[in-house]
Amino acid sequence: MSVARDPQTEARAAAATRLLRIALPVAVLVAVVVVWHFVVKLNDIPPYLLPGPGVVLRTLIADWPVLGASLVTTLWTTLQGFLAAAAGGIALAILFNQSRYLEYSLLPYAIILQVTPVIAIAPLLLIYLPQDTAVIACAFIVAFFPVLANTTLGLNSVDRNLAGLFQLYGASRAQTLLRLKLPAALPYMLGGLRIAGGLSLIGAVVAEIAAGSAGAGSGLAYRIAESSYRLNIPRMFAALLLLSLAGIVIYGLLALVSHLALRRWHESALGKDT
Amino acid sequence: MVDIAAQTAIDPAPPGGAVAVRLRGVTKCYRQGVRALGPLDLDVAAGEFVALLGPSGCGKSTALRLIAGLAKPSSGTVELNAHPAARRGEHAIGFVFQEPTLMPWASVRGNVALPLRLAKAPRAEIAARVDDALTRVGLRDAAEALPRELSGGMKMRVSLARALVTDPDILLMDEPFAALDEITRFRLNNDLLTLWRELRKTVIFVTHSVFESVYLSQRVIVMTPKPGRIAAEFHVASDEPRDEAFRTSVGYAAQCREVSAALARASSTEAA
Repeated sequence: MSVARDPQTEARAAAATRLLRIALPVAVLVAVVVVWHFVVKLNDIPPYLLPGPGVVLRTLIADWPVLGASLVTTLWTTLQGFLAAAAGGIALAILFNQSRYLEYSLLPYAIILQVTPVIAIAPLLLIYLPQDTAVIACAFIVAFFPVLANTTLGLNSVDRNLAGLFQLYGASRAQTLLRLKLPAALPYMLGGLRIAGGLSLIGAVVAEIAAGSAGAGSGLAYRIAESSYRLNIPRMFAALLLLSLAGIVIYGLLALVSHLALRRWHESALGKDT
Repeated sequence: MVDIAAQTAIDPAPPGGAVAVRLRGVTKCYRQGVRALGPLDLDVAAGEFVALLGPSGCGKSTALRLIAGLAKPSSGTVELNAHPAARRGEHAIGFVFQEPTLMPWASVRGNVALPLRLAKAPRAEIAARVDDALTRVGLRDAAEALPRELSGGMKMRVSLARALVTDPDILLMDEPFAALDEITRFRLNNDLLTLWRELRKTVIFVTHSVFESVYLSQRVIVMTPKPGRIAAEFHVASDEPRDEAFRTSVGYAAQCREVSAALARASSTEAA
């Protein structure tokens, strides 16, 4: 801003803001855990109703051989679903962009697939597909639409004059796609992928829970379902904690990838003062 | 000075020989059938610097897009170097838009190289031509910069370098300096004139500034809106070099006054 301020004061204020943005949520977390601990302790709530944070942590460590293996399974499913969603969403968006008739024909069904709750589709998928494929298919169905929708938006929001320039210099379709449309769509595409990361975890969890009764699954969501039948509430919390952490890490990783890919040129990745 | 009535006769092939751009009976209609432009008849000689001057909405940008082949005329013909515009050589035209229109993800070098890359020119040739074009616009040292790191004037220079890099016969410029501050605009005006004197390209320069049109061009074509038509044209007489001295000279002021008057007259005729 134009108001003259001591740059040192400005820097100190910025540093303080950064610190607050980390310190405040951490403080909230600590407060919640402390309150949780004392509510359980003072009311003498038994662990099969509500385990305290200490019990959850101990369970997490004690059950790690089981939970760790389940975490790997769930993450592997999520990754496969995410990759399928990313590849499928981007490929479909490019196809739609190249052929309007294809878009007219298929887009309504992509939307129908998106608005139909996946938890209702999952049991059917489990009947018709091998279980691991069905789980990946669920993750794909939940996650591909934001990639498709965002990439389509990006491909269509190319600067009109830049498009004119490509036309003027006789660019082929492939050249326009590779040199203009895809780079211009990249920020949108990455936004879609960021949403898809979290959604593919949800898809994997939904499918695991749906498959749970079939018995062969060993993912974290299956552990939650299983623990629920056995009233092993501390393990439910421990598995839930791991799922939540997995979601946070996935989101963080994709945000990082997006930042690294865009930081050189895109507004969203630039500092506020540039 | 040619009067509105007198101008209907087509300007005979201008001195200098070859006609670079020829428009005959060119019109452009909107989808609803409302005529936005024309009929337009215009000859621009090879190596000539012509300014299309008029208020917003008079179709001067549309005329430029028709010449570039970015839009198709509803009727009439556009010829470039005596060929129908549809069959023009690929490198015949350089276009500079009102905005710099750069790819934000590519460096200055990448942006300027674009037309050559699209034409699949050999790598060594691209490097040499890009260096040459950047040197011409004074941006040799900024080759690796990204557009966001450049000022408005520098971005416009990149845009100009990109238009020049294919060594086109015809340079079409759509109010390229309108968004710049006056000091930068004056400097770019002078640099453009230097380039034109060195390279002798045919330049069609769209502007809504009377002062800019008289300062830059050999011929000012005054257009009126609804539908866009040519109302008058002036040959700008100046034996003296176009520089800061010319900008403050009596002759320059007198010609600007004449062009302004014609513009006002054309607008009032249109209103009547």
